[in-house]
Amino acid sequence: MSVGLTGGSNPFRSVSRRDTIRKWHSHLMLVLCIGAVLIALIPLLSILFEVFRQGLPALSYDLLTKRQYFQYFAGGGIANALWGSVLIVGTASLIGMPIGILAGIYLSEYGQGRPAAVVRFFADVFAEFPSIIIGLFAYGVIVVWTGHFSVFAGAFALSVMLVPIVTRTTEEALHLVPDSVREAGLALGLPRWRVTGSVVLRAAKGGLLTGSLLGFSRIFGETAPLVVTIGGSLFFAKGLDDTSSSLTYVVWRGATSGIHAAEVRAWGAATVLLLVVLAINISVRVITSRRAER
Amino acid sequence: MDGPTPIFPTDAPPPSGGPLGSSAQEGSPRKGLRGLLLRALRGRRLGDLVFVNLTRSAAVVVVGLVVGIVASLMISGKPAFEAIGSGFLGPEWLPGGQPPRYGALPLVWGTLVTAGLALLLGVPVAFGIAIVLSELAPPVVRTPLSIVIELLAAIPSVVYGLWGIFILAPFLRDSVYPGLQATWGWTGLFGGAASGYSVLTAAILLAIMIIPTVSAISREVLRAVPVAQREAALALGATPWEVVRMAVLPYGRSGLFGASVLGLARAIGETMAVTMVIGNRNAFFSSLLQPANTIPSVLANEVFEASGTHLSALFALGIILFLVALTINIFAQLLLLRLRRRGAHA
Amino acid sequence: MVDPAVGARRTAPALRETPSTKVAIGGLRAWFGSKQVLSDIDLDLPALRAIAIIGPSGCGKSTLIRTVNRMHELVRGARVEGRVVVDGHDIYAPGVDAVAVRRRIGMVFQKPNPFPTMSVGGNVAAGLRLNGVRDRAVLDAAVEKALRQAALWDEVKDGLDQPGVALSGGQQQRLCIARALAVGPEVLLLDEPCSALDPIATSKIEDLITELKERLTIIMVTHNMQQAARVADYTAFLYLGKLIEFDRTRRIFETPTQELTEKYVTGRFG
Repeated sequence: MSVGLTGGSNPFRSVSRRDTIRKWHSHLMLVLCIGAVLIALIPLLSILFEVFRQGLPALSYDLLTKRQYFQYFAGGGIANALWGSVLIVGTASLIGMPIGILAGIYLSEYGQGRPAAVVRFFADVFAEFPSIIIGLFAYGVIVVWTGHFSVFAGAFALSVMLVPIVTRTTEEALHLVPDSVREAGLALGLPRWRVTGSVVLRAAKGGLLTGSLLGFSRIFGETAPLVVTIGGSLFFAKGLDDTSSSLTYVVWRGATSGIHAAEVRAWGAATVLLLVVLAINISVRVITSRRAER
Repeated sequence: MDGPTPIFPTDAPPPSGGPLGSSAQEGSPRKGLRGLLLRALRGRRLGDLVFVNLTRSAAVVVVGLVVGIVASLMISGKPAFEAIGSGFLGPEWLPGGQPPRYGALPLVWGTLVTAGLALLLGVPVAFGIAIVLSELAPPVVRTPLSIVIELLAAIPSVVYGLWGIFILAPFLRDSVYPGLQATWGWTGLFGGAASGYSVLTAAILLAIMIIPTVSAISREVLRAVPVAQREAALALGATPWEVVRMAVLPYGRSGLFGASVLGLARAIGETMAVTMVIGNRNAFFSSLLQPANTIPSVLANEVFEASGTHLSALFALGIILFLVALTINIFAQLLLLRLRRRGAHA
Repeated sequence: MVDPAVGARRTAPALRETPSTKVAIGGLRAWFGSKQVLSDIDLDLPALRAIAIIGPSGCGKSTLIRTVNRMHELVRGARVEGRVVVDGHDIYAPGVDAVAVRRRIGMVFQKPNPFPTMSVGGNVAAGLRLNGVRDRAVLDAAVEKALRQAALWDEVKDGLDQPGVALSGGQQQRLCIARALAVGPEVLLLDEPCSALDPIATSKIEDLITELKERLTIIMVTHNMQQAARVADYTAFLYLGKLIEFDRTRRIFETPTQELTEKYVTGRFG
């Protein structure tokens, strides 16, 4: 090993051919990674651009207030589908959210050892079930049993999807509540169930809200389970037992119909869907990342 | 990760309020039924008992639903297995034929090829994004960029399908596939007339859809790599990319693998976007530019109007899909579970 | 407050590169964001010696050695001013490649950090592989040489294919030293290399340092004054980002010229 390389060119500067190649290889690979970001951004921008370009002009008072016409006819709206979506997703939330939140409380506050680990694992796997399988389940249980398609069958399917999602987000939200909050509640002499029910849940309400909103937006955009459960009617659903359409259903039928009038309604429905879903997601993400930075 | 240890066992007496703590509000008498109920529930054991069992039964519902789904599919699909039997192994799915044919193999093939291809196309891009988000991007860029990428996951799949039909498929048909046929046609993978509605189109659309999932998990995996590992490589004179290749990616390899497997599970179960662009042809394909079909897509298209053996056969398809998805999924969850544990210890 | 200029061995930067000076630090300042962690450090470190850097935690000792292989600047918001001259060449001169600097100045960290997916042999060969060495025989020979230098060969020669993380903590740290030695550095930086080790493993590393300084210059940060007294030829005492005193280790511990140094080495501090 040589010591005392005085004079001459700086050995830290004069890099060999190999080093130059390594440096450029590094630059190239990192540029490729940045390229990957661009590759992902192109479809995102294209989807947003196209949906709003074709859908925003279609959004009119008529579209939002009139029911669907037979697909070959121009005009008409998507109001029945909008109503259907609200009814289905609303019912699904009423069924699925409480179950999910309670199960999440169990995992976070009471769950220990093997039983909780099993539930947690089931919830994780369950949350990734193909949605069409859930639709098939609802079809086999509700549609076959009642003998007809219905809002309730769709709502049941979506509530089943919602349960594992809400369970895990609730558990995570409650985990973030420090134990000192629980201790403070218990020290006041509150029974444990009231500490959980009021103190802990209140402390975690931000996380619960964002989790529920994300779950809501997920089932709001869901199509596959509805395709096999709600029947796709052109009329306003009169109740949970009636057939119905949904925004996502209109997009699917319209896009695959090959009929211009139906395609226009599909773009319009897609715009409404996207506006709702993006509004929820962007606000939730911005709020949570702000909170995380703090 | 296990839940926080409860501070007190649920049936142990909670500490008393203390001399000052006998909380006035809590102690104030309430009138009416509500007050009565509250006082009854303040017999703490009862209230706790009710509440614990309420949450526990919700947890049981979670497990019960999974069991119920499996049972329901089994019961509804059983007649088909009995009636069709080895017919499922046939090369054609033609429920309207004379006699009806229920060969599931082309659908299984279609499902696996589209999902596998999507993984091949999507995972490198997702890893690239994860590397940018964890290694390169300054914090100012990082948060907004990951929010934007994750918006891709928020877009409903039917909107992907709509975009696929009207934008992606025509674009690929006019601008990409002719070139692909000219340069790679000799491989035989790209034969036939390219209508745009094909296996490859579905795979590309699926790839776009799994990118946010895979990249979000991968980013977390890479961020969990200790700084000491990066410094070890840097101190050896590694270039920035060499640090990634030598220290970061190997350290996170099981997590990255788990992220990809989860992406595969998503791709296999995806229904609407695929059914809208794959062309819905229930037969074997050899060219990636041919139309084909997948199990979820067949389910979405046929359950609506099926009955009898056909309906039962669809449930049987559902079981096949379910088993494939479940196996892959459990595998992914186990990989990621181990990662979470290790993360908790570090 | 003690004036740091008094007594600190100040030398005009880059003028005193006698053949025996390996690393000459001149007017060195370092920041994390807006917080200055090193101010005006001047220090000539002799070749083929073990030099210890001591001082209370947070005094900037780690930052100081991390400026010598340009690792400090990797932390976001971190900044360096001044000169670090190695063998007559300023490693902060424009056009200098930090990657090339790190290849010639090895570093070992507080906690052993072998690559968990690589074998013992793979860990040692990692740096050579980066430099494009592919020849199996050359790699094997280099691995053996480095492991022998790190006094680890006899313990691992039958298990070169075992994962590096399967070794004990002390062995892992010597593996990390071997990994650094394999690329043939002239200077080896050790950042509290024994802080995570038990006394027996520590004494092995200390013996190793004594052997290694025959071949290369060793700069080590330690929070353990006994360790500095045992292994170092020279010792630098840092306090609040300033160099208080630098001298032969014996003089630092027996006849320090600064009151602050005396207080610190006798344990009457704070």
